[in-house]
Amino acid sequence: MQITVHVNGASYAREVEPRLLLIHFLRDELRLTGSHWGCDTSNCGACVVWLDEIPVKSCTVLAVMADGRRVLTVEGLERRGVLDPIQQGFTECHGLQCGFCTPGMMLTGRWLLDHHPDPSPEVIREALSGQLCRCTGYENIVRSVRWAAEHPA
Amino acid sequence: MQVPAYVEYEKATSIEHALALLARFGPEARILAGGHSLIPMMKLRLAQPETLVDINGLGELCYLRVTDGELRIGALTRHAQLLDSPVAGQHFAILHDAEKVIADPIVRNWGTVGGSLCQADPSEDLSAAFAALKATMLIQGPGGSRTVPAREFHTGPYETVVAPGELLTEIRIAIRPGGGSAYAKVGRRVGDWPVGAAGAAIWLAGDIITDAGIGLTAVGARHFSAAEAEEFLRGAPATEASFARAGEIAAAHCNPSPDQRGPADYKRHLASELTTRALRRALRRAQRQDA
Repeated sequence: MQITVHVNGASYAREVEPRLLLIHFLRDELRLTGSHWGCDTSNCGACVVWLDEIPVKSCTVLAVMADGRRVLTVEGLERRGVLDPIQQGFTECHGLQCGFCTPGMMLTGRWLLDHHPDPSPEVIREALSGQLCRCTGYENIVRSVRWAAEHPA
Repeated sequence: MQVPAYVEYEKATSIEHALALLARFGPEARILAGGHSLIPMMKLRLAQPETLVDINGLGELCYLRVTDGELRIGALTRHAQLLDSPVAGQHFAILHDAEKVIADPIVRNWGTVGGSLCQADPSEDLSAAFAALKATMLIQGPGGSRTVPAREFHTGPYETVVAPGELLTEIRIAIRPGGGSAYAKVGRRVGDWPVGAAGAAIWLAGDIITDAGIGLTAVGARHFSAAEAEEFLRGAPATEASFARAGEIAAAHCNPSPDQRGPADYKRHLASELTTRALRRALRRAQRQDA
């Protein structure tokens, strides 16, 4: 089936099988490998991207469902060579160890800050509660989101 | 790598179009809403539809509004939208209690209310919440629409009265004065199904309970409800003793299965204790002491 998906501001037209998952479309078809393919069971959240401005687990969305919609991946956070504050926060606060959960954490963090510019650590923990860090580095992830809240672009 | 089997895909552009597609592709076609139950089932080959009819473009099924004394929820409403809805929380706090503990925030962004109900998992939270509220489901088909009480909606695990060719479009809950509601769940971790959960709705005249609804999930309760406990509460005083007894009755009439989430006697204990807790909180809300 022919689909057109608008990813990070660019439009991509591809012929895909309806059963293709959005995460594999992004990684294998578009070679946008920043989004990570983790548990495959919508538990871990490593694959979180925005679909029409809403964070979703892209291992549980078909690529055809994104036809005509906008997708934001971690590659789209940076603007003109400048890191988004959420990316800078993870850098400043050692918000990643192995880095596998990081893209999903940052996209959810960015969405949270867009809707709640000054979230408490409890609100951040709730927002990230559908995502797992296999290094268990949650303290620094929460600090990283707080850093971004305190240093808006 | 978990990937669904080969499947055909059609994008519906209206309710009528969705119904026409269902008619055209027959009983092996499945509605695709949020897909957060269906797609995992397809990955595991527990579901293997021939055709998916995607209704995500049907904005007309995405709403929460009060009409004719009822809260009406469009079937494509996302869990997050129900959780964020002031009008839903104002009238039926049980819905916000339940939504806070359904899956996780990201899954709630895309999973839908109607999809959860039609998936009909025996551990589904909303099935218990709507059973407690004695909601009504609106189903559309080729011959028009029909309404079904929430307690007649499920015919068994993963089975509902929605026939091939039909589409659940709306959930309706009558707004009655003097009511309060609450939901209590025990789960092992965020995003997991409940070990056990109970919802309660009560309506008062003074200190007397005029009507009660109790919903139970994950504990093998018939129609996700506890009819015997409701019957006991009707006309009883709204007291701790009544609520404790209602919990005992509810537990006695459920039929939990032991599994990795716990043994049957523990789940039965939860059915009793959570029913009592939900009733207690529903009472406080009915008395407006806890908004």
